[in-house]
Amino acid sequence: MTTDNAPLPAKRPSLLRRIDPAIATAFGCIVLLLLIGSVYSSNFLSPEYLLQQLKVASFLGIIATGMMIVVLMGQIDLSVPWVVTVGAMMSAAAASYGVVGETLAIPFGILCGVALGLVSGFGVAYLRIPSMIVTLAVNAVAQGLMVVYTGGFSPQDTATFAMRFLATGTTILGIPNALIVWAITGALVIFLLSRTIFGRAVYAIGNRERAAYLSGVATQRIVLLAFAISGGLSAFGGVLLAGYASKAAQSMGDAYLLPAIAAVVLGGTSILGGRGNYIGTVAGVILITLLQSILAVMQIAEFGRQIIYGAVIIAMLLLYGRERLQR
Amino acid sequence: MNDWRYRFAEQRGTLLALLIFLVMFVIYVSNHPAGFTANVVQTAANKGVLLAFVAMAQTFVVLTAGIDLSVGMVFILCNCLASYLVVGSPSTTALGLFAVLATGLVCGAINGLVVVFGRLQPIVVTIATGAIYFGLALLLRPNPGSTANFNSDLADALTGKLPGGIPASLVALFVVVLIIWVPFRRSVIGRAAYAVGSSETAAYMSGMPTRSAKLVAYALSGLLGAIGGLFLTFFTYSGEASLANGNTYTLFSIAAVVLGGVSLFGGKGSAIGAIFGALAFRTIGDLLFVFDLDPLWQPLFQGVVLLLAICLGSARLFQVKNRLDLFA
Repeated sequence: MTTDNAPLPAKRPSLLRRIDPAIATAFGCIVLLLLIGSVYSSNFLSPEYLLQQLKVASFLGIIATGMMIVVLMGQIDLSVPWVVTVGAMMSAAAASYGVVGETLAIPFGILCGVALGLVSGFGVAYLRIPSMIVTLAVNAVAQGLMVVYTGGFSPQDTATFAMRFLATGTTILGIPNALIVWAITGALVIFLLSRTIFGRAVYAIGNRERAAYLSGVATQRIVLLAFAISGGLSAFGGVLLAGYASKAAQSMGDAYLLPAIAAVVLGGTSILGGRGNYIGTVAGVILITLLQSILAVMQIAEFGRQIIYGAVIIAMLLLYGRERLQR
Repeated sequence: MNDWRYRFAEQRGTLLALLIFLVMFVIYVSNHPAGFTANVVQTAANKGVLLAFVAMAQTFVVLTAGIDLSVGMVFILCNCLASYLVVGSPSTTALGLFAVLATGLVCGAINGLVVVFGRLQPIVVTIATGAIYFGLALLLRPNPGSTANFNSDLADALTGKLPGGIPASLVALFVVVLIIWVPFRRSVIGRAAYAVGSSETAAYMSGMPTRSAKLVAYALSGLLGAIGGLFLTFFTYSGEASLANGNTYTLFSIAAVVLGGVSLFGGKGSAIGAIFGALAFRTIGDLLFVFDLDPLWQPLFQGVVLLLAICLGSARLFQVKNRLDLFA
């Protein structure tokens, strides 16, 4: 992302100049993973398998979208695991209340996530508590609420038809609906980040909140809003996951915190905020999903998956995520 | 000695944590059906000490303005390792203890090396290394289990009562503070760790050993996590690679550190405060039991207490005169 207008040597093609090295590396790694996968299994490159991967990636993609908005402000959202579960459980719970409940199931699940996001956002923006602690606490509260609600067991409610249709159905040309939902969400967020005052303010806050405040940005309101969006998107991911499995389960969100952060950071978004591109997050999400899929195809045991997973994330970050040397 | 006011201000967080703990403990004991007996104290101490060790581990890193989200996983990994190695005769047990502690130290040192020389953000690094350590724990204990000739004599000795009814685990905690925290606090490296937490650039410019300070802080964090893991093994006689347990201890360690008056922005607080924070947090969690409420409500109760406790920290906002200071 070079923004300086100084004349550069004409030899360098302009396309190469504009591509973020982090995003380029991430896409390079995707190609590499596909090659490795195709060695192991011949149908790894088939359209069906790739579409299946993109469908699975959509759930992570929607959750990572919310995470990215928060990370762009230099904050972090650690409440993902139980906000996802709240979204899933609450939408499934609403589904058992007749026709009205059925129609309102998806919005209700998302609203619960937005409410939790508002609590986090209020703590970060107005009480000035570090986001890491607030979101951890909100995560604990959300877990507590769900444990009380379910009595410690997985609830018996099932997902509505609409939820299952969005998560598992296909519309045209066999493209999964989940992928279309992710694409629409992504397009909205790209618009939000690059074409609206809100988006500019998010980047500005990530660079330096003081400066943003002094230039007249209502920083506290923006932070509150961003956390609400993140909570809503996490819960929406949970709603879709409930549709995918056709019911909600305890700790179904646990597997999404690390991948969401990893996808955002591997996509070149600075964890310190102010720098990042949504295309990078898309690359990060696909990369993480492919990595998980390949580890599954190679039939590596769970312990090996965890180790390789952690090692790959550190290795990739060492490739391009390093800070400048202090001198 | 006219600097008492300064010294008091320096220890305010620790003293506040001590006060919270004392109040909570008095409420707990006075409502406990058995009252203030050695057994009640021993049970409370054994529960609290585990979290106290993990909270101490977190403190070292938080003082340097970092965060260690792998501390719960080091704890779990060392628990699994100890369930294999702390076995047999005194000499093999000693060797096992040494191996477990060394493993924790190495885990912490790896975190430190990647953060310092890899120049990556601690939060991402420790999430990723946490996955690796948990993977190793799963490798050791795919299913919860124990070893037949586990040295339960040592375990009983360290979790039982000393003559006079003093819980042995509290004494162990005291000894660990004495041989790890106090020397660290008084050494050049320890001072440098505080300085790095306050302002890394200023510490670097003043010629402080910023890199080794961070490295030592992370390594000691791993070591303390290992001690916590050892004690978990002493209590349960077994090892279990439980993801939920690891995450819970990581979360609670941060809560304990915050309750204990250690600033997450670094450079302020002490491990003593974190210990009282941990004991207070444990007592709060157990309050529900003495009031005979449904244990189902415990997670919610703990979460709400945690949320309220951290909101208390924002009372300083009332002292802010210039709105700009909000965004410092």
